[in-house]
Amino acid sequence: MSAAERIAAQPDAEPLLSVSGVETFYGKIQALRGVDIEVHRGEIVTLIGANGAGKSTLMMTICGNPQARTGRIVYNGKDITGLPTHDIMSMAIAQSPEGRRVFPRMTVMENLQMGAILEDDRYFEDDLRKVFELFPRLKERRGQRGGTLSGGEQQMLAIGRALMSRPKLLLLDEPSLGLAPLVVKQIFEVIRELNASEGLTVFLVEQNAFHALRLAHRGYVMVNGAITMAGTGRELLAREEVRSAYLEGGAH
Amino acid sequence: MADITQSASANRPEGAERLSEDRREAMRGEPPFVEAPAEDSRLVRALKEAGITAGLIAVLTFFFFFMKTDIAVGGLSLTVDPWTWFVAIAITFVGRFLLTFFVFAGERPAVGGWKKIAAATAGWPIGKVVGAVLLFVALTLPFLLTIFLPSQDRYLLDLAILILTYVMLGWGLNIVVGLAGLLDLGYVAFYAVGAYSFALLATNFDLGFWVCLPMAGLFAALWGVMLGFPVLRLRGDYLAIVTLAFGEIIRVVLLNWYTFTGGPNGILGIPKPTLFGLEFSRGKGSFSDFFGIEYSSIQRFIFLYYIILALALLTNFVTMRMRKLPVGRAWEALREDEIACRSLGINTTNVKLTAFATGAMFGGFAGSFFATRQGFISPESFTFIESAIILAIVVLGGLGSQLGVVIASVVMIGGIELLRNLTGLQAIFGTGFDPTQYRMLIFGLAMVLIMVWKPRGLVSTRSPSAIYKEKKAIGADLVAQGEGH
Repeated sequence: MSAAERIAAQPDAEPLLSVSGVETFYGKIQALRGVDIEVHRGEIVTLIGANGAGKSTLMMTICGNPQARTGRIVYNGKDITGLPTHDIMSMAIAQSPEGRRVFPRMTVMENLQMGAILEDDRYFEDDLRKVFELFPRLKERRGQRGGTLSGGEQQMLAIGRALMSRPKLLLLDEPSLGLAPLVVKQIFEVIRELNASEGLTVFLVEQNAFHALRLAHRGYVMVNGAITMAGTGRELLAREEVRSAYLEGGAH
Repeated sequence: MADITQSASANRPEGAERLSEDRREAMRGEPPFVEAPAEDSRLVRALKEAGITAGLIAVLTFFFFFMKTDIAVGGLSLTVDPWTWFVAIAITFVGRFLLTFFVFAGERPAVGGWKKIAAATAGWPIGKVVGAVLLFVALTLPFLLTIFLPSQDRYLLDLAILILTYVMLGWGLNIVVGLAGLLDLGYVAFYAVGAYSFALLATNFDLGFWVCLPMAGLFAALWGVMLGFPVLRLRGDYLAIVTLAFGEIIRVVLLNWYTFTGGPNGILGIPKPTLFGLEFSRGKGSFSDFFGIEYSSIQRFIFLYYIILALALLTNFVTMRMRKLPVGRAWEALREDEIACRSLGINTTNVKLTAFATGAMFGGFAGSFFATRQGFISPESFTFIESAIILAIVVLGGLGSQLGVVIASVVMIGGIELLRNLTGLQAIFGTGFDPTQYRMLIFGLAMVLIMVWKPRGLVSTRSPSAIYKEKKAIGADLVAQGEGH
C-alpha cells in the first residue's frame, strides 16, 4: 500500500499512463465511448468488466492497434496516440497479450529471448535469472516448446517474456483466462511481488473481479465501452453494484 | 462411453493433430521407457541377417547380373539373365546364414558397427551427423564420380549441379516460407530476375560472371522489396495469390518486352564463368594450359559444380547465422504469431521485407548461376511449375528445415531423372511401357505418400536457436551478498 500512500501524498504527480477521452471504432461500431484512465508509477491498476465491455479494446488501443479516433494517450510524458504499435511497445511498455500468445514451436528459452529482442545483450543473463526466480517452473521447462506447456505455464511464459524487455509498465490482458484457481492465485502473487519489490507499474485487465480487485491498488469498472465506477480495490469490492454484477458466485 | 470418446474426437480443435505431434516431439528429449527387446533365437537372427544380405545383393547386382548390356553391332544389346542373379542371391543367403549361425554365434555383428558409430557421435543430433556426411559427399562428389563411374560422370555431375541449384533455391525460399511463414508462390520471379540481370549485363556491357553475380543478387533483392511492400498486409492464401501473380507478371514482361529481353527468343551467348580469368576451353590462356594439364570438357563441369556448391553453402551459412541473430529470430516469431511479435515491439514490416529481400537475393544468385551454366535463357525456363517445384521441395523437406530441403531436392530432382531412365521397368510391364510417360504419375503418387506418412515434411523437427547455459562458476548464492529484499 506504500505506492497508494505515495500517490495520495502527491496527487499532482504526472501519471505514467493517462488515457483521456479515448474513443475507438471497429468500422462503424463504437467500442470505446470516451474512456479516462490514469495509471501512476508504482501502482497496480485493474480494469474489470463483463465480456464485450471493451476492456481488451482499451488495452489494444493503448498499444496502438486499433488506434484511437479521438482522445489522447500519454505515456511517460509523451503523446503516443498516433504511434505505430512497434514504436509504442519499444518504449519500456510490455504486454502479455490476451490468450497468452506464446510462440508455440519455439522453446521456452527462445520465447524469453524474443522478449529481450530489442534489449541490450548485457542485461540478458540477469533478466533471465530474475524470470527463472519468479517462475522456477519455466526453468525446469526451458528446453520445451511453448506450445506443449500447460495453460498456467504458458501464462507464466507470456509474463516472463514481457518482463524480459525491462518494462516500466506491464500490461496484462486477462492472465487468469482459462486457468485453475490455484494457478491464478500463484500468478497474481507474482504480480504482487513484482510490484512490491521492484515498483513495477501494472495495468491489469481482468474478468476475475474478486482476485483482481484484491490485488490492485485502484480499479475501474467498464460497461459498454465507458468507465462507470472508479476507486481503490477495497472500495470497489465493497460496492453493492460491483458485488452483484461481477462477484455473484465468483469469489472462490 | 463410446459416444463420449466420439464426441471428444469430434470436438478436437483444428490443429490438435499438430499439437499432439509437437508434444511427442518435445518429449523426445527424455529417454522413453522401453522394454529391453526380447532376444531373438539364433536361428531367427541368422535367417534375418541372411535375408538382409541377400536383399542387398539382389539390389546391388540387379544391373550386372539380371540385366546386362553388351556392345553389339549397331549399338548396345540388352541380355536379361535372371538365373545368374538368383544363383548369386542364393549363394549369399546360404553363406551369410551359415556364417551367422555357426561362426558369429556369440556376437551380433550387424549391430556392432552401428553401435561404434553411435558411440563416436554420441551427443550429436542425428541431423548433424547426416549433414556432415552429406557435406563430405558433396565436397568429394566430382572425384568420386570420375573414379567410380567414369562412363557416366558427365551426366551425373550435370544432375548433381541441377540438384544443387534446387537445393540453393529451396534454401532461399525456406527463408521466406519456412522461417518467416510467408507463403510465396512466385519465387521463380527472383530466379528470373537474377538470370536476366546477369545475362543482360554480360551481353550488353561485357561484364564477367563474378562481377555480375552480386549485382544480380542485389537486383533480385530490390525486386523482393518491391514485391514485399504492396503485400505486407496480406497473409496466407491472399499472399499466395498475389505472389503467384507477381511471378507470372515478371514472366509475361520478359516474354513481351522484345527490344530489351529478346522476348521468346531469349538471350544467347551468355559467357561462362572463369577462374581468376582462366577460361575452361582449349587453347592458350585456358585453365588446362595454365596448369599444364590435358584439356577435358569435364573440368568445366567440375568448376560449375563447385561454384553452385559454394553458393548453396553460402546460402545455408547465412541462413543459419541469421537464425541466431535478432532478425532471424524475429522471422521465426513472425511465422508463429504476428500479434505477439508486435506486442514485443518488433517492426513486422521490416521483418517481412528483410525476409523477402534475403530470400530473393539468393534466388537471384541461383538465377545468374543458371544463366551462366546454360549459356542461354528464355522466359520458358521461369514458368510457374518452377515455383511449384521449389515450394514442393521446401514443404516436402519440412518447413524451416535446412537438411529437409537437401533430402527433398535429391528425392524430387534426382527422382524425376531416375524415373526418366527406368527402362528396366519394361521387363516387368512389357516393351510398350514408356517410363517417361508415367514419370509424373509415379512422382505425384510418391508425393502423396510422403505427405500421408509425414504430413509435416521429411524433417519436421526444429532445432532451437538458443540453449540455456547455467553459469556454475560464481552463482549469487555462493557470493552471499544480501540482495536486500
